[in-house]
Amino acid sequence: MAASVLIGAWVAAGLTLCMFSFLYKDNPFFRFGEHLYVGISMGYTIVRIYYDVMVKSLYTPVIQEGNMWLLVAAFLGLLVLTRFIPKVSWLSRISFAVIVGFGSGVAIPRIISSNILQQVQGTLKPILGNAGQSLFGMAQFNALLILIGVVTVLIYFFFSIEHKGPIQVAARIGIYFLMINFGAGFGYTVMARMSLLIGRFDDLILFGSRDYGYASVVLLGMIAFGLFMWERRSSVSPGPDQDPRNADSNARNEYPPQ
Amino acid sequence: MILFLRRTFPLILTFLFGVAGALQYYIPHPVSEAALTEVSVWLRIILGFAMILGIASLCHVHYAKIRTRVAGWGYSLVVYLSMMITVVVGVWSRGQEEGTGFGWIYTYALLALQGTMFAMLGFFVASAAFRAFRARSKEAAVLLVAAILMMFGRVPLGEYLIPMAGPVAGWLLSVVNTAARRGILIGISLGGIAMSVKIIFGIERSYLGGRD
Repeated sequence: MAASVLIGAWVAAGLTLCMFSFLYKDNPFFRFGEHLYVGISMGYTIVRIYYDVMVKSLYTPVIQEGNMWLLVAAFLGLLVLTRFIPKVSWLSRISFAVIVGFGSGVAIPRIISSNILQQVQGTLKPILGNAGQSLFGMAQFNALLILIGVVTVLIYFFFSIEHKGPIQVAARIGIYFLMINFGAGFGYTVMARMSLLIGRFDDLILFGSRDYGYASVVLLGMIAFGLFMWERRSSVSPGPDQDPRNADSNARNEYPPQ
Repeated sequence: MILFLRRTFPLILTFLFGVAGALQYYIPHPVSEAALTEVSVWLRIILGFAMILGIASLCHVHYAKIRTRVAGWGYSLVVYLSMMITVVVGVWSRGQEEGTGFGWIYTYALLALQGTMFAMLGFFVASAAFRAFRARSKEAAVLLVAAILMMFGRVPLGEYLIPMAGPVAGWLLSVVNTAARRGILIGISLGGIAMSVKIIFGIERSYLGGRD
């Protein structure tokens, strides 16, 4: 096994355990991992912007292909940075005007086409069914249910008329459709997170094997010992480098609040 | 003149770019398509500079913490050091990830941290659900049942425990969920169009910020 893979396994296992230590409570290991994540993300973003935007989309087309129009974009980009100089910070409005104006204009016809007309078409067309298909099949029932759902949800969000009588009934049906949507969305999100969790545990188990020098086991012991020492130290004295968030997190950990 | 440049000129630009962007869709000509591609690259470049603004702002926050030695300033130092190391290694690797130090940082540090951070949300979501999902009303009960069916229906163990969970979850997703999602999407789209029109015609100006 290459040394870089072995070191990588130890680093990944250590950082994973540092982050998981938050399940116990907010602690220095987690805060280290959290800040490392912010720093590495920032560094990664800077490198990606430099190579993907500045070099690939700006420098190369201007210098090698002579596309001088991109200098306008560079100029507008530089105007964004005038936000750092309060006296001329208003110049950044020009760039924001271009971004927001063009974004709004481009969005209108595309939203009408894909988010409204196509959705209405997708809702109404299946009700009519295909040639040779029964008009009273399961597909037609589902299509009718979708139509009822779309209409009632829209009625629920329509506040220009008072929700009384049949409108109120329709709005209440719309609420049930929305609740199922939120429940399904929630269940789906939880399962996606669980899938990530399984992935992390899978890595930890792999890195805990003999091939990787029992990295997960050794690091788990070290972090547990570190947490024990940190608890002992903080119970004796708060310490000068105590993060002020600690006070809040300790208060939050007491449930119900005292 | 300055007032014109500060207030009116950005609004004129917004209008012109907005109308041009909307009309472009209805002009299926190669020149129109090329213009759209070109301006999309412009936007990517401008957003790249805007990212610099955000990163600089974050750096400033952490620099202030280090300078004033506030509690926990050591963690801000971690942010700076890890950022610098990533940038140096990234530039050294010429932005390439395949088999380079930059790729190593991405695989063994960034992915591990990111994956764990989002995986932990599973615990907190489950904990929050335990407190929030008490079937206090009919609507909450419907939400609870849909969530449980969805969770059980998406894993083999769930389908083993509740055999109907899989087909019911599939039906909920493809029919009931689709209906509600379409309703929400159409509502959001109508709102989005209204907002876009307000922006193009200068009625909505909050994106410009400032007092004047």
